[in-house]
Amino acid sequence: MTKRPAISSRAVVESSLARRYRRERAFRLYGLLATTVGVVFLLIFFSTLIAKGSSAFLQTHIRLDVEYSADIIAPGGTLDAAYADFDAIIRKALSELFPQATDRGARRELQRLVSVGAGYQLRAAIETNPDLLGTRQSVHVPAAANVDMVIKENIDRALPENQRQVSDRQLEWIDQLESDGRIALKFNSALFTNGDSREPELAGIRGALMGSIYMLVVTILLSFPVGAAAAVYLEEFAPRNRWSDLIEVNINNLAAVPSIVFGLLGLAVFINWLALPRSAPLVGGLALSLLTLPVIIIASRAAIKAVPPSIREAALAVGASKMQVVFHHVLPLALPGMLTGAIIGMSRALGESAPLLMIGMVAFIVDVPASFTDPATALPVQIYLWADSPERAFAERTSAAIIVLLGFLLLMNLAAVILRKRVEKQW
Amino acid sequence: MTMTGMKKLTRRGNDMIPPLIDRELAHSGRRVTSESRVGDDTPSPLPAHELGQVTVGNVRCVDAYVTTENVNVFYGDNHAIKNVTLEIGRSQVIALIGPSGCGKSTFLRCLNRMNDTIESARVSGSIKLDGRDIYSKELDPVALRARVGMVFQKPNPFPKSIYDNVAYGPRIHGLAADRAELDDIVHRSLDRAGLLKEVKDRLDEPGTGLSGGQQQRLCIARTIAVNPEVILMDEPCSALDPIATARIEDLIDELSHNYAIVIVTHSMQQAARVSQRVAYFHLGYLVEVDETDRIFTNPRHRLTEDYITGRIG
Repeated sequence: MTKRPAISSRAVVESSLARRYRRERAFRLYGLLATTVGVVFLLIFFSTLIAKGSSAFLQTHIRLDVEYSADIIAPGGTLDAAYADFDAIIRKALSELFPQATDRGARRELQRLVSVGAGYQLRAAIETNPDLLGTRQSVHVPAAANVDMVIKENIDRALPENQRQVSDRQLEWIDQLESDGRIALKFNSALFTNGDSREPELAGIRGALMGSIYMLVVTILLSFPVGAAAAVYLEEFAPRNRWSDLIEVNINNLAAVPSIVFGLLGLAVFINWLALPRSAPLVGGLALSLLTLPVIIIASRAAIKAVPPSIREAALAVGASKMQVVFHHVLPLALPGMLTGAIIGMSRALGESAPLLMIGMVAFIVDVPASFTDPATALPVQIYLWADSPERAFAERTSAAIIVLLGFLLLMNLAAVILRKRVEKQW
Repeated sequence: MTMTGMKKLTRRGNDMIPPLIDRELAHSGRRVTSESRVGDDTPSPLPAHELGQVTVGNVRCVDAYVTTENVNVFYGDNHAIKNVTLEIGRSQVIALIGPSGCGKSTFLRCLNRMNDTIESARVSGSIKLDGRDIYSKELDPVALRARVGMVFQKPNPFPKSIYDNVAYGPRIHGLAADRAELDDIVHRSLDRAGLLKEVKDRLDEPGTGLSGGQQQRLCIARTIAVNPEVILMDEPCSALDPIATARIEDLIDELSHNYAIVIVTHSMQQAARVSQRVAYFHLGYLVEVDETDRIFTNPRHRLTEDYITGRIG
């Protein structure tokens, strides 16, 4: 071996320095570029979502001077709210405003300015306050979705009349209402209090939201205890042999199975075999539990594995039994990690719609579910259904529903993070 | 030690005529005969005693409390402990020394059946605690570990308060009838571990917040809180500074009046300071056992001599 003078190796190192630093700079640049692209897309996503969806949180209302005329709604002298013709009151109030609309077609168009929900609103008002009968009141009733769209400038007035949802006559009336100060944008509470509806201005996400909540309750109640128990057993108690290897491989594979397969399983087992009700959050929750179980098991096992063996040894050495080691030391230390797994699983379950297709949760369901067995949809399914609707006004409601879904997700994760922080001891 | 190390030793053995054999024979009262040895997986032209396969010195002692006879430990196919016979006396500190990987820790972990937690580990031979076989069915490992405490190389307090660390053992074994009694046990144990004065006012603070030396003393307090009969210490001072080490050594000295203590150490000085007897392990064999003074002043086996004079290890 030739003996190289020390100076030469120093020169070699120094000459390579520039190249090394150049590589490092390039690598950092790529990283920065990738992050920037990601952030830009996220910003585009959020800004378009908010731009499109935020208008759905406001709804156009029309102020009408309605007379709760006893002649119309209480013809026999007694008021039967269920059968009374409240729409007639609305019609009367409208024709008072626009007496020029006399022919049948014009009156129908005039009536279509106001939502069909206006009658329900009057009925609810008189049910809570029967003294209104015979009085004259100024009330804000929701406008029809098309009027709402005109006000929000989502309908192009420049289009020829036959390509527009709103007739020239209606536009004229809307303008007049607006100049009279009878048009107001109010918070769209229907979006949060109503179930689905064919009328965009009456459609709400409450049904889907409740369906999602019921499903998630079923999912977390089933998948977290079962998943945690399975992880503890597999990690701490199960013997290492071919069977446990097989189970481990299967669990890992299950985590990657397309979610629609779990829907098929749910259909076959829970609905066809166990005869559970179709479209019910109970069945949806069961199917989503199958979906989240592998995620929770894998995360929990990782969390249990991460507990330092020295803690186990310490507990064993003072004479703790296997069970005591697990429940006194391993689980408290692994719990934050297990909760993280549960959060990931729940988030996935919340956004899942494919398995729900198979168990009949993709349906037009107007009623807000009140129990685990009532027919329901879920938020992602509702988004899909609205996105599919032809009415213009459903477009902004779709975005609004996505915002609510993301908000719900954020809230859930926040709650879980707070919970985890409380469990996680700062030693 | 690796195979190359083994060869090196063999070569050295060939260079010299062993002058120690006669003395060995003269001094070892009882010994494991070469006929009974197992696991001699490296055939060698040298006699067994040259490789340390036969224990020299005195494996027996007065008032033996823990007795091991022909103990072999396998980790799968790896024969980690080879035919070790050793007696450990009551109220006595015995130090296990030897180069890394020689099996001292493995041997130590046999004494409280901590090897049970390793699935591939297999132990044969007999280990008796106070005359009863600890691997027999009627003695539960949980009960055994309450009698044979252990202190580990790295301080490993639970991520709990100082109080709960010490109280954990008594709690799970139900040693205290009420809170006052538990308080008493905790205070007494901390006091005996020489930690009470430092932590008296902050018993509810996390044990992991203490310094390394304090943590190790906390671990000792946790061990003696269960009132064991034997304390095993696996290099208890290797992660500590000299001052903390000195404190632990003083503590070992004090504790040795009441407990049988087995300490694994890499420090010959420490072995000399704290122990009454020393056992030298080499490649899974127990090479030599004797009084501490004797081992360090006049070792009988060449391997022991090489180790303590710093030629191997």
